[in-house]
Amino acid sequence: MNDFTTWDILRNLLLAARWTVLLSIVSFVGGSLVGVALLFARIGKGRLGPAFAKTYIELFQGTPLLMQLFLAFFGLGLFGIDVPAWLAAAVALILWTAAFLAEIWRGCVESVAKGQWEASSSLGMGYLQQMRWVILPQALRVAVPPTVGFSVQVVKGTALTSIIGFVELSKAGTMVTNATFEPFTVYGFVALIYFCLCWPLSKSSQILERKLNVAHRNH
Amino acid sequence: MNYAFDFGWLADYWPVLLKGIGITVELTLVGGALGVSLGIACAWARALGPGWLKPIVAAYVEMIRNTPFLIQLFFIFFGLPALGLRMGELPAANLAMVINLGAYGCEIIRAGIQATPRGQFEAGASLGMSRIQTFWYVVLVPALQRIWPALSSQIVIVMLGSAAVSQIAAEDLTFAANFIQSRTFRAFETYFAATLIYLALAIVLRQLLRGLGWTIFPRRTAR
Repeated sequence: MNDFTTWDILRNLLLAARWTVLLSIVSFVGGSLVGVALLFARIGKGRLGPAFAKTYIELFQGTPLLMQLFLAFFGLGLFGIDVPAWLAAAVALILWTAAFLAEIWRGCVESVAKGQWEASSSLGMGYLQQMRWVILPQALRVAVPPTVGFSVQVVKGTALTSIIGFVELSKAGTMVTNATFEPFTVYGFVALIYFCLCWPLSKSSQILERKLNVAHRNH
Repeated sequence: MNYAFDFGWLADYWPVLLKGIGITVELTLVGGALGVSLGIACAWARALGPGWLKPIVAAYVEMIRNTPFLIQLFFIFFGLPALGLRMGELPAANLAMVINLGAYGCEIIRAGIQATPRGQFEAGASLGMSRIQTFWYVVLVPALQRIWPALSSQIVIVMLGSAAVSQIAAEDLTFAANFIQSRTFRAFETYFAATLIYLALAIVLRQLLRGLGWTIFPRRTAR
């Protein structure tokens, strides 16, 4: 019955890779939105906002993504919802991504020289105006390379969703292995596909870093 | 939400958790020590090594950094036996962690080495130090000191990532949690407890690494 050709293996893996790509995009976009909210809470003036954001980030960066996936999977179920794996996967990955992006972006905002705050405030700008016209445009240039770099972590993070049963590239790899008994070939291909997804992102992050090389200007 | 939380199982199953913690700690210690050593060797090869070695190390680093840890683990545990390299789940888990940390460590340490001014090498040579002595005392130790915080975070990340080794049946903390929830059907409580333990491990590990940094690099911090 072992009539899987190499092409069959690769085709099945590539079909499943679509879900890896889709989940990565959803996680990254969703994580960015939540991340922006967290960022504003983290660098805000109040007392509750920064404390909450700090705890949130510490919790999500200090625990394994796999545990977060399990907790989302079984935790959402406590509310009587029948949780499909894709939903738990998306929720956990979005919350996880948000924590890391918020922390990366905080560093970028703080890299903007203090004088910029003082100068814009002496021009009579309010907090939101300062953010919109002075701080964020500068922080954004610093933020692009590490943000693109982190997207690699998101793509790789989606591999763990196979463990809670979401059928993406890694899960497909296990399933195809079970059908073909050729783990070396199959996981080799799986690794290769992940590499093809991630490497362009890593490389463009490096190139952007060189091009924007803002870390040494800007002051 | 009509769900009564029940942590009663902890009374019966804490030895299982404890054993799992032991394996996770062991994996982290071995993986951390060997992984950092591999990272140093690779950073040396990439920054100062012979020309033929550089592309090989570069390919290894890119390969590892752009594929998920889970797949590296599966490839080592399920794939390599096809080449006749068969190993138990714990050695496989350890090997995967070392290879993974080695690649990330290489990049981090290399960044530290490249920040060393060129004149330092020459200064070392003019003091009559051998190449190896210069590398060790003049280049590596200050480089490590410079990137120690980044390296520490990476070690913590590898420790947290080790949760995946439960998937090849290495009996770490996650494996223990899987086992307990399959017995008690208290999935949420079990994973919640395991998550808290991981958090505590991460905090403790971070402090230990900071302390280790102070011990290895005494005084020089004052710059």
